[in-house]
Amino acid sequence: MPVAAAVPASTVKWTRKHLLGLEELSADEITLILDQAEEFKRLAARGETKLKALSGTVVANLFFENSTRTKTSFSLAAKRLSADTIDFSAGGSSLSKGETFIDTARNIEAMGANQVVVRHSTPGAPLLLSQHVNASILNAGDGTHEHPTQGLLDVFSIRERVGHIKGLTVALVGDILHSRVARSNIWGLTKLGAHVIVCGPATLIPPHIERLGVEVAHNFDSILPRCDCVNLLRIQFERQRSGLFPSITEYSHLFGMNGDRLKKSKSDIVILAPGPINRGVEITPDVADGRNSVILDQVTNGLFIRMACLYLLHQRQNPTAS
Amino acid sequence: MATLLIRGGRIIDPSQELDRMGDLLLEGRRIVGIDAPCPNPDEVIDARGLIVSPGLIDLHVSLREPGNEEDETIATGTAAALAGGFTSVACMSDTRPVVDNRSEAEFIMIQGERAGNAHVFPLGAVTKNNAGQELAEMGQLVEAGVLAFSDGRTPVANAEIMRRALQYASMWDRPIFNRPQVPELVQNGVMHDGFISTRLGLRGMPAAAEDIMVGRDIALCELTGGRVHLMCISTEGAIDLIRRARERGLRISTEVTPHQLLLTDQVMDTFDSAYKVDPPLRTERHIAACIKGLQDGTIEVICSDHQPHSPEKKQRELDLVPFGIAGLETLLPLCITGLIETGHLSWMQFLSKVTIGPARVLNLNKGTLRAGADADVTLINPDVSWTIDPTQFQSKSRNTPFGGRQVRGRAQTVIVNGQVRYRA
Repeated sequence: MPVAAAVPASTVKWTRKHLLGLEELSADEITLILDQAEEFKRLAARGETKLKALSGTVVANLFFENSTRTKTSFSLAAKRLSADTIDFSAGGSSLSKGETFIDTARNIEAMGANQVVVRHSTPGAPLLLSQHVNASILNAGDGTHEHPTQGLLDVFSIRERVGHIKGLTVALVGDILHSRVARSNIWGLTKLGAHVIVCGPATLIPPHIERLGVEVAHNFDSILPRCDCVNLLRIQFERQRSGLFPSITEYSHLFGMNGDRLKKSKSDIVILAPGPINRGVEITPDVADGRNSVILDQVTNGLFIRMACLYLLHQRQNPTAS
Repeated sequence: MATLLIRGGRIIDPSQELDRMGDLLLEGRRIVGIDAPCPNPDEVIDARGLIVSPGLIDLHVSLREPGNEEDETIATGTAAALAGGFTSVACMSDTRPVVDNRSEAEFIMIQGERAGNAHVFPLGAVTKNNAGQELAEMGQLVEAGVLAFSDGRTPVANAEIMRRALQYASMWDRPIFNRPQVPELVQNGVMHDGFISTRLGLRGMPAAAEDIMVGRDIALCELTGGRVHLMCISTEGAIDLIRRARERGLRISTEVTPHQLLLTDQVMDTFDSAYKVDPPLRTERHIAACIKGLQDGTIEVICSDHQPHSPEKKQRELDLVPFGIAGLETLLPLCITGLIETGHLSWMQFLSKVTIGPARVLNLNKGTLRAGADADVTLINPDVSWTIDPTQFQSKSRNTPFGGRQVRGRAQTVIVNGQVRYRA
């Protein structure tokens, strides 16, 4: 059993203590994570699924907002690297007894956590935590701000299918306003040279988003023929109730990916969805389960991306060392 | 009666457009005048190198007592006022319980007198419990000594209630202070709605929320003939509307805070809760409009919007943190450094916004050095350079984004009722 994966052939060294978002990362740093994830995936394919890299360390999952897949994925990633894991969710914790977020994290840290994976409904909460605890913080989604590992696994899945990111046209479709996935995708994809289109109802596109270097569209059919990839963001039903669009049916009619739309697309278009998907709303089953879809690859790749992040934060180089 | 001579200072009194070297004489609780003969004063203050101003008035502070004494008390809040150069403060009705009845107003006045620092003028609630449903007992509040009405940070959202409040308060010619903001447009917002909020994924509060409510209040002011004071203006649109309304002769006044003039929404990059204020920090364009409004007189008042919060309330997730900055002790140096030294305002213009401007809104016999006015005087050292250090605040709270900032100028000596109450 190897101690750790071979370091990918890159001149860039990982120096960051925390992974708070993709906005702050350079293209080289993003590529470093992708390459590391690829290496882990290669090892797993050879049957080397259990690595000792994080042996003796503790990874805490601190989830203040519901999550199944991200939490499970992080847990498994930590275990694959031989870390001990602590799972902590808001429901069954002292948070319901009035303890503050920061105190909860300090308590977890006092149990010896080296890395804290945090999900929270408030943007900036992981940053706040990084200012109050000594452990490495991994952002597993903060409100509508960022979800860096989701952004990374989406970029990874595209790169894996197409072979590169530079020059691709990628549409993010749906609720951009409330989507941390959209923001992390925008940072990750644009930094690596893709052209990003955000497409959705005008009520769900936030103001001035074009200043992030993306194209804004409201007509899905008109942009579709140009797209190499579409990422279909999950639509939350409560957005309809709060008056942001008239009905799910209309949403699906205007922005849903279905067989007809697939016919108008490039034959090798890559279909992504961060999930959990609403079949028949953002995407119809024939597309979700068809040959253009990488939806399940995304889940698989999420594990390797999270292993790569945990590994790199643990192995980080001291930036002051020469 | 005891006489106090303030000798050799640069006397600036915007109420008389006066700016000259001279000696100011006080006798008892009244101002006698400038260069009045007084061969043997009981006390002399050497004011050489200092600016002698009418005592500063802060039209918008929250003192938190009763109900939230962990944030501030009337004693600590008025001590902070003195340290900031203020001889009078008008405090919001949003205490617990709310100042919507005579006994609550009288309690605050008594606590103010007991503290013996700055004068305290409690604002009465517009509506019972600041709930926006039924008018508070304004007549009894006036009898207690209340000079104006406000529901604090809570806008009077219902136009019909606002209309009746303006009509009713006009019986005593008292202004309604309203926080102009359409609540449904800023729900769950934490910062200005714009590119930065989009980038950070933070819920935005659009400038239109303020513009719309300002437009409504102007229309209601015209309808009722009442007096409206619009609190904490922050948008270009609102200032344009107010300018035109005042040109038409409507009885509308407004105020702005120093942090609105010095900081943009860009600082939210840090997710630092110290910057979470309401109205939110906006953009350069809005700041330029505020400064123009101050220069041309559309905005008559600069206030601190002092919102003290204990550390445990501010050290939390941004969504849960209450709005506001503890601003009493930083307004004067921030304005000297950020408005006067940068050339935006003259001393005369700036001092009018914290003396005669607010005095006129509350109809006080203050904010002036005319003979017979109340003997409240602030001596300002305009040259001293120092660093803002929140740990040295008189206020019980430390929530400010200005800690560590290099500033110039501060209150040197503060005189209330003819007595020296504070020396730096």
